[in-house]
Amino acid sequence: MAEPARAVDAASEPPLIALERVEKRFANGTLAVTGLDLAIGRHEFVSLLGPSGCGKSTALRMIAGLGAPTSGRIRWPGHGAGSRPARGEVGFVFQEPTLMPWARVAANIRRPLALIGVTGAEADRRVAEALEMVGLAEFARAFPRELSGGMRMRVSIARALATRPKVLLMDEPFAALDEITRFRLNEDLLDLWRANSWTVVFVTHSVFESVYLSSRIVVMTGRPGRVHADVPIEAPYPRSQAFRMTEAYNGYCRTVSAALAEAMAAPGGGT
Amino acid sequence: MAMAQTAVEQQAPAGAEAEDRAGSHRTGALLRWGLPVLFGLIILGGWELFVWYRINVDGISHYNHILPAPTTIAVALVEDWHILAPGWLVTLWITAQALFWAVVLGVGLAIAFSLSKWIEFSFFPYAVVLQVTPIVAIAPLIITMLNDLDTALLVCAWIVAFFPILSNTIIGLRSVDHGLLDLYQMYGASRWRVMLDLRLPSALPYFLAALKISAGLSLIGAVVGEFVAYGQSPGLAARIVEASYLLKVPRMFAALVLISVTGILLFLLFSFVSNLALRSWHESAVRRER
Ligand SMILES: Nc1ncnc2c1ncn2[C@@H]1O[C@H](COP(=O)(O)OP(=O)(O)OP(=O)(O)O)[C@@H](O)[C@H]1O
Ligand SMILES: [Mg+2]
Repeated sequence: MAEPARAVDAASEPPLIALERVEKRFANGTLAVTGLDLAIGRHEFVSLLGPSGCGKSTALRMIAGLGAPTSGRIRWPGHGAGSRPARGEVGFVFQEPTLMPWARVAANIRRPLALIGVTGAEADRRVAEALEMVGLAEFARAFPRELSGGMRMRVSIARALATRPKVLLMDEPFAALDEITRFRLNEDLLDLWRANSWTVVFVTHSVFESVYLSSRIVVMTGRPGRVHADVPIEAPYPRSQAFRMTEAYNGYCRTVSAALAEAMAAPGGGT
Repeated sequence: MAMAQTAVEQQAPAGAEAEDRAGSHRTGALLRWGLPVLFGLIILGGWELFVWYRINVDGISHYNHILPAPTTIAVALVEDWHILAPGWLVTLWITAQALFWAVVLGVGLAIAFSLSKWIEFSFFPYAVVLQVTPIVAIAPLIITMLNDLDTALLVCAWIVAFFPILSNTIIGLRSVDHGLLDLYQMYGASRWRVMLDLRLPSALPYFLAALKISAGLSLIGAVVGEFVAYGQSPGLAARIVEASYLLKVPRMFAALVLISVTGILLFLLFSFVSNLALRSWHESAVRRER
């Protein structure tokens, strides 16, 4: 059963998240992003693509409420009750695994659950489920230092998934993984996104990955970052591995690659 | 030729390699304990010989009262044990109490500091004052001010043991991974939650490092206090002062040996505790894979 990309029906209602003329200047004077305008609709899967250091992580962090913009603002117009999402509604997979070295894998995943009030058998179930999903069930009792870099990243992904957030922010979550695991997790992520009507903002350096996953790709310029191109990917979901072989897929990859090359050549948003 | 050899080496069966590694581990432990013991024996032997030479060749018959030979000290340790042991227990008890209060107040204050800038700004300068004032200089004041000698000695030992624990724990509480702080902020965790889940575990390695230092310092503080109290104390250091009045030089040395051994044992004890607490996760205690 094919269905149209969700970006289409998102156009009629107000965006869930709206970044308006957002600028971020760090204490040391670095201007990371400027004039960043971006509206993300409910149930969209938006990928942020751009040269290294262009402010993708910075933008994602500001959406999560970590570090306010120095000017401009971030609103949640499509968010019903209250202006900002409640705790636990937003999940974040950081660019680094960010695990507690003193706690075992299962405990690391369990901690945010405790913070949002999920405890006991329900927490156990969710931890087991999340570990199963990232293929680390037998490492539940390992310490983070006993895992490889990619495995640590998968623990970090499991930690975010276990909280079942409505909005999932992911900063290059699959960068450290092999192709096979990466493809499998891509599919799992798409399944979860569709099944739970999540909104996902996804940062990646892989054009192929972004085209495969996204309902929309936002290409940013070099630092200071702003939006250079906004490419809706209008291929229907569910997307199977066969989608990677289609002409439409190749066409999108070419378009996005070209946009990225342009963005890298273009001067930053500030000047 | 060289290449052929490397190829052979690389083909060495895994079992042999593991055996080899275990073997080198054993030699490592042997060196670690054997070398210092050997070195110590050489020094003691030389010392013994030197004293023997001064007495028997140079004919200074009372040389044992200037520098007693190790065997003479050992004899004094056994013969005067009934005098030294009670003193030793007293000093040990002061040291333990002082360390206990240094931990309670040091960690407590560090937590208060990290929860409130107001408290930190108000009190930290005075903690530094305590640290930089030489204990020998204020010990007499403390002893005259506090009527109770036991309390005075406890305070002396506490003052020197307190600061390393305070300052290290403060740094430890601040050394939390900012990413983890971000994570907790996203879930709206309270300051106490952050303290319990993130700050205290992060501070543990720093605290344990300070504990090793403070245990020794606490002993030193107790000894200094006893010295200043001029032998009114029932402790071990007071026995040294007393022995010096009586010109019992071997007993002085025996008491000194006891104090040193206590310091070493305290250090080993807390090294062991630290290793036990950190060995599963902290780089300082985890064996490096090779
Ligand atoms: N805490 C900070 N203090 C000062 N400058 C910072 C800080 N964090 C990031 N920057 C700067 O802001 C810019 C954007 O950083 P950011 O991490 O958002 O880049 P990015 O797009 O995520 O890059 P990458 O793809 O390499 O992860 C960089 O040029 C960086 O130097
Ligand atoms: Mg980044």
